[in-house]
Amino acid sequence: MALLEIKNLHASVAGKEILRGIDLAMEAGEVHAIMGPNGSGKSTLAQVLAGRDTYEVTEGEILYDGKNLLELDPEERAREGLFMAFQYPVEIPGISNSYFLRAALNAVRKHRGLEELDPMDFLSLAREKLKLLDMDPTFLNRAVNMGFSGGEKKRNEIFQMAVLEPRLAILDETDSGLDIDALKIVANGVNAMRSPERAILVVTHYQRLLNYIVPDRVHVLAGGRIVRSGDAGLAQELEQSGYASLEAEVAA
Amino acid sequence: MPNPTPQPTPIEELVSQDYKWGFVTDVEADVVPKGLNEDIIRMISAKKHEPEFMLEWRLKAYRHWLTMEEPRWANVTYPPIDYQDIYYYSAPKTFTSRPKSLDEVDPEILRTYEKLGIPLREQEMLAGVAVDAVFDSVSVATTMKEKLAELGIIFCSFSEAVQEHPGLVEKYLGTVVPYTDNFFAALNSAVFSDGSFCYVPKGVRCPVELSTYFRINAKDTGQFERTLIIADEGAWVSYLEGCTAPMRDSNQLHAAVVELIAHDNATIKYSTVQNWYPGDKEGKGGIYNFVTKRGKCLGVNSKISWTQVETGSAITWKYPSCLLIGDGSVGEFYSVAITNHHQQADTGTKMIHIGRNTRSTIVSKGISAGYGQNTYRGMVKIMKGAEGARNYSQCDSMLIGDKCGAHTVPYLEVRTSTAQIEHEASTSKIGEDQIFYCRQRGLSSEDAVSMIVHGFCKEVFRELPMEFAVEAQKLLGISLEGSVG
Repeated sequence: MALLEIKNLHASVAGKEILRGIDLAMEAGEVHAIMGPNGSGKSTLAQVLAGRDTYEVTEGEILYDGKNLLELDPEERAREGLFMAFQYPVEIPGISNSYFLRAALNAVRKHRGLEELDPMDFLSLAREKLKLLDMDPTFLNRAVNMGFSGGEKKRNEIFQMAVLEPRLAILDETDSGLDIDALKIVANGVNAMRSPERAILVVTHYQRLLNYIVPDRVHVLAGGRIVRSGDAGLAQELEQSGYASLEAEVAA
Repeated sequence: MPNPTPQPTPIEELVSQDYKWGFVTDVEADVVPKGLNEDIIRMISAKKHEPEFMLEWRLKAYRHWLTMEEPRWANVTYPPIDYQDIYYYSAPKTFTSRPKSLDEVDPEILRTYEKLGIPLREQEMLAGVAVDAVFDSVSVATTMKEKLAELGIIFCSFSEAVQEHPGLVEKYLGTVVPYTDNFFAALNSAVFSDGSFCYVPKGVRCPVELSTYFRINAKDTGQFERTLIIADEGAWVSYLEGCTAPMRDSNQLHAAVVELIAHDNATIKYSTVQNWYPGDKEGKGGIYNFVTKRGKCLGVNSKISWTQVETGSAITWKYPSCLLIGDGSVGEFYSVAITNHHQQADTGTKMIHIGRNTRSTIVSKGISAGYGQNTYRGMVKIMKGAEGARNYSQCDSMLIGDKCGAHTVPYLEVRTSTAQIEHEASTSKIGEDQIFYCRQRGLSSEDAVSMIVHGFCKEVFRELPMEFAVEAQKLLGISLEGSVG
């Protein structure tokens, strides 16, 4: 059974239809990439999966591990192992990274019937995971995303993912705003998390991230629909031809 | 130098009285009729066996009060208060409407206690249930008092102080907040039933945080409390005012007065976590918390620091202030005020710089949710001659939802050219983005709001003693319950 199954998904924001019939299935262990031009609905798809209520699902269904995902609140989805790395990570003044992340981890652990981690146990776990992303431990004491550079924010997202160990990770334009060194670090972090139990959905505008995180499948989104799917080669192809030809195809 | 004596606490008597009050309706012994006139004040004073000077002072305050009008300048609205419809001594619920067991207490309140992690026995105490099982805390209180007495520290109820240390009371009472000060201070001076008294002698550092908490069960301090704290030369004291759980209280008006006096090189730290009953979600009921709190930094290099977390009350109206008289004295005000549902708060501080090189710091965090209205009102006054005075003020407001309001009203008055004043203000809206981010990480919306608000208030919370900070954080969460959909 697929870990994630999206069937004929339609979603709109403020009455405007953005997603117009998405079908997608992912197995555990797979990495899929969603590519597409600006405004194609990539981020909308990610947000709908995470449960953002700005978007209204008007038709279709999403099954996650056999459950009706659309019936779950965002926090329930998170506790069930769905993680989204935000395109624009949010700042929370006055709350340290470690406090925030421990609260998150314990919410997930509690849901899974595991014992909550005390600050000491959490700290050793967090330190371990920080190494994955080449981050300094002092980072844990800084307020969530406050004063972080763009690259630090994105790394922080992947660090959180590493700590929370989701079953389905959605990376929403995690590559945007990263220089090449940071991109490699982030990609290494993600690759280290590839596992037979986990599916990863990489949403990106650019092909370059996919040089480092090589996907099993690539889907091209345009006009709110998946217009093409293929293997990693499709991404290369798009890099050559650009999205313009695709959009012409859709329009035709 | 007064000779502090350990206060005899007639435990058995107190406890059996409580018990009796709970179950017997014949209570004429301690009831003073409703309403206010000179006879009532004489009765109160007589019941408390007060010396003549106290009665005279009360009567003067009452006569002055009659000439005053209820102030209307605050940014709060409430129906007129009928001052003749109030019991001024021993609130009636203590006697007749007191619940006999927790079964009779509003389940909503019990749920809150549970969330605060208050043990069952304490829940009974806080809800005002007449039980005979309060031995533990009473004896703890007594042990504490003996320990303090060894250091010469007097810490007792105001009534006891009037009996045991009349000299000190007469010397300091009304020297910071005179009965002429304002309408509610005058009313309080006339009718106050009890409160706390603390004197820390020269050079003594009080080794524990003094708290009203362990005394609250022993004495019902009522709605007109009066607190007087004196730190003599070089003394240091930290005082916690704990209205730390929602009090079941049918009375509406709470008009307290707090006076602090710091002599040369003395420090007084006064922390409040106020969580009086805020009324229900529709804004019915709740406490009007009209309080006058003021500290006098009388001596050189003295320091008074106010920290308050205001989560309760239907209306909060108070301005803990500092008179910085001694050269080099320091005043601080750290405040978190939360208004949810229909709560209103008009709160802030006054820093009056009189001495040279006096310094003050104001950090105010206002949080509004629901239909709550939150006003920061602060005055910084640098008098002529306060050379080198400095003030730093920071007022931040946070809005949750779009039906609440935040207002900032700073007054600055500077009459000295060498003074330095800084004022910063900000308003932010708790973002859907922030809440969603937290929820995506597995936190409930309520936990998310609580966490975001906690982060916002951090600068104030770190001024609170540890156990208070934990409690304050829990309270925040509870106060803001239901503020996000």
